[in-house]
Amino acid sequence: MTPRSSRSAFAISRPAFAILLAAALVATACAPEDDDTASTKPTASGSESSATADPCAKETLETHTPGTLTITTDKPAYPPWFEDDDPANGKGYEGAVAAAVAEQLGFTPDEVTWTRTKFDAAIAPGPKDWDFDINQFSITEERKQAVDFSSPYYDVTQAVITTAGSKAAKATSLADLKGLKIGAQVGTTSYDSIISTIDPDQKPAVYNSNDDAKQALENGQIDALVVDLPTAFYITAAELADGKIVGQLPSGSGEQEQFGLVLDKGSPLTECVSAAVDELRADGTLETLVDEWLSRAGGAPVLS
Amino acid sequence: MTAPAQVFPELSPAQQERLAYRRGQGRRSRLLAGTSTVVFLVMMGAVVVLSPGWDRVKEQFLDPQVAKESFPAILEGFWLNLRVLAVSAVLIVVVGLGIAAMRTLRGPVFAPLRVLATVYTDVFRGFPLIVLLYIIGFGVPGLRLQGVPTSPVVLGGLALVLTYSAYVAEVFRAGIETVHPSQRMAARSLGLTYGQSMRRVVLPQAVRRVTPPLLNDFVALQKDVGLISVLGAVDAVRAAQIEVARTYDFTPYLVAGLLFVLLAVPTVRLADWVNLRAARRQQAGGVL
Repeated sequence: MTPRSSRSAFAISRPAFAILLAAALVATACAPEDDDTASTKPTASGSESSATADPCAKETLETHTPGTLTITTDKPAYPPWFEDDDPANGKGYEGAVAAAVAEQLGFTPDEVTWTRTKFDAAIAPGPKDWDFDINQFSITEERKQAVDFSSPYYDVTQAVITTAGSKAAKATSLADLKGLKIGAQVGTTSYDSIISTIDPDQKPAVYNSNDDAKQALENGQIDALVVDLPTAFYITAAELADGKIVGQLPSGSGEQEQFGLVLDKGSPLTECVSAAVDELRADGTLETLVDEWLSRAGGAPVLS
Repeated sequence: MTAPAQVFPELSPAQQERLAYRRGQGRRSRLLAGTSTVVFLVMMGAVVVLSPGWDRVKEQFLDPQVAKESFPAILEGFWLNLRVLAVSAVLIVVVGLGIAAMRTLRGPVFAPLRVLATVYTDVFRGFPLIVLLYIIGFGVPGLRLQGVPTSPVVLGGLALVLTYSAYVAEVFRAGIETVHPSQRMAARSLGLTYGQSMRRVVLPQAVRRVTPPLLNDFVALQKDVGLISVLGAVDAVRAAQIEVARTYDFTPYLVAGLLFVLLAVPTVRLADWVNLRAARRQQAGGVL
């Protein structure tokens, strides 16, 4: 899967890159926010009549098809990001976030059209026949050369996975994991989080890739494996015969990978979509949706 | 050397002049060698230090603070390298010698053993070590048999022994075959059995001749031991890699590299000394 390879590449990023990214995030997150918090206030106070001053009012938004919001994702759309391969039902984390963003922008569910776009095609340069794409896109400098990103709607966390027969299968807390042999890919945030949050008694096993680590897990050479949560969902669902997510690790320090909505480069909607995401983050909607769709429905409780 | 003075207590003025001239020439050549070495080093140093990227490279590869912080972790990894090296080196010599002995057996009866030894060296010298490591390190425990080790250190060590014993067996065989047949015939005519002539006449000469190539293999093994880290064990280079990922600084790699050099240098010196001593004994005071 392309999303995964891009993520691991990100995890081994270099300092200059990390600083650039941080700077860029600050820049994209702050600059529009200042404009928008000022301009969205009238909308928030409910006075639609003052929409002339609001660049993010539904009528002024230059969507691909006037009057409707066209959202896209890859096919198949799989849990816990979507449910039943039907993005329009507003279920699954990304399905729910997309619905919330549409609502925030003033579109009713009837005014939202869903299409399907391949992951790679979405971030390729060139004109787009949709307004935004939601498909676990990590925000990276390279991709920003070709497309616009909204403010991040998801901060990637680390998760512990194992197989049904393993000693880790019954673990419910960080303390239960302490005595076990845990593995991770070298140079990743996953490895750092083993040290900083679990601090196991045995030295963690370190692998060149998650594929090697997975093999060791299946062989019983390690009891559990730490990967980022999106990868955890994929590995346990698609790659391990009897895979199981033990839980998420509490978010540690260090650089944070984030997902953003993808828009056409220079899209007139970028600032408004970002403002909508920022609003959802500020009012706690994103947190609620993470809890509902990833922690509970996805079966990945946060370990403590 | 005072030897000439002892042999010729009274030197003619002409000879003294010759010796003085030679001493002068020697001093001059040493002086020249020293000066040119210093000049060369200064020039090389200047090229590096005055290069436009030097400040960044210095920061990225020669940060004393990072070196100090990463040292304990790397040393802990290095200790694993040393333990695996010690055990596998002994096993490699034993297995290698055994295979070489099998391959050099005479007589039609031993044909199957010779074939077996030949196949072994062909296969394991040809097989890439990294692939063998994967197959043994992840494949064997995948069988989930009772009593089969799952430790990456044990399985990685096994892969190293298989590959390196094949190399070493061929080195030993080359040594055995360089011993002139007359040596063997002389030994047999004195009444020694095949085994005795092999152990007391052929092998001592063979091993002495192949010490330098054996040593090459040993130094190569010192570094290849670290490849077991692909199976999950944390050796010196892997520990350095983890530190590099943590600090965004390449200094830990340099620290690990220097540890390997520190290991290789005494090995080479020791072997030189052993060879020299053996050569002296063999010549038994003779000058020819």
